[in-house]
Amino acid sequence: MKLKFLAPVLTFLVIAAVMFYALFHLDPTEIPSELIDHKTPEFSLSAVPGYGESLSSADLKAGKITLLNVFASWCVACLAEHPVLMELKRQGKIEIYGLNYKDKPDAAAKWLSKHGNPYTRTGMDLKGRVGIDFGVYGVPETFIMGPDGTILDKIIGPIMEKDLKNKILPRIQENLG
Amino acid sequence: MRRIGAVYGALAFLVLSCAFANNAFAVFVEDRLSDPVLEERAREISEGIRCLVCQNQSIMDSNADLAKDLRSIVRERVAAGDSDDDVRNYLVSRYGDWVLLSPPFRMKTALLWISPLLLFGVGAVFMWRFMRSRSDKISSANELQPLTPEEISELEGVMKNTAEKADK
Repeated sequence: MKLKFLAPVLTFLVIAAVMFYALFHLDPTEIPSELIDHKTPEFSLSAVPGYGESLSSADLKAGKITLLNVFASWCVACLAEHPVLMELKRQGKIEIYGLNYKDKPDAAAKWLSKHGNPYTRTGMDLKGRVGIDFGVYGVPETFIMGPDGTILDKIIGPIMEKDLKNKILPRIQENLG
Repeated sequence: MRRIGAVYGALAFLVLSCAFANNAFAVFVEDRLSDPVLEERAREISEGIRCLVCQNQSIMDSNADLAKDLRSIVRERVAAGDSDDDVRNYLVSRYGDWVLLSPPFRMKTALLWISPLLLFGVGAVFMWRFMRSRSDKISSANELQPLTPEEISELEGVMKNTAEKADK
């Protein structure tokens, strides 16, 4: 075996390849949700003053696919995804509910009047308890809720083009078809 | 002079390290449980819960908002009479095993737990083979072989030579 001297080099290359992959393709801040395929946690919250009806877990079991978007007026990344939500609302294919996470009612109302309201229902989670029941650890997060209130999928961080294409639109298609 | 400097340096180091050690026991000011036993338990549990925002800190060490909320939930649960495992399960059901700083032994994590043993085993096999091949070489080198005819004639030549020289 003349190639024996290559063993350390090969070992190094394998480790380097794994690390290279992890560096660019794995995101350590993305924690898979434990709650996918589980039923929605029970909750009942009053609406942001002046913005739609109140939100409770019963609304998420109303027999259609809905989006539950966790947002806050203090959350900068929420602004980034806001146009996407507005566009989804304009198309009218899916109802979007807003879970206002640890916000002040006035600030939330002001934010919605300034940037537009994509939500048909809103609920104020003032203490963040409902958020924790949903396993939320940062805002924004978006849950795709099945017709019976099952959590089908979860998007962590702002909704990007690829999330829209890979996660949300296929679900809407499925539901219509 | 130099020695005195070193002594002062050592003293300063001691004082500083004590100061930092005290710091490590500082706890965030917030609502604590009135029962010190329960509070102690709540803290012990919190030490093992990962802060999901800062990832490698426990919620006890982090002042992120979420960590604060999780601490108060842990305290609430402990006060309500949950066992340590109940509290942990409550958090795991929402955030997954990842929320525990030490991963539990499951099918999914078996490789993680067993891999040190496996690696040790592989290393031991290599080591054993390496040692054996070395001792083989040494023992074969130590074995006595009878002289070859050439060696015998060479040896005789040398002996004769030295004998002649000694005679002179």
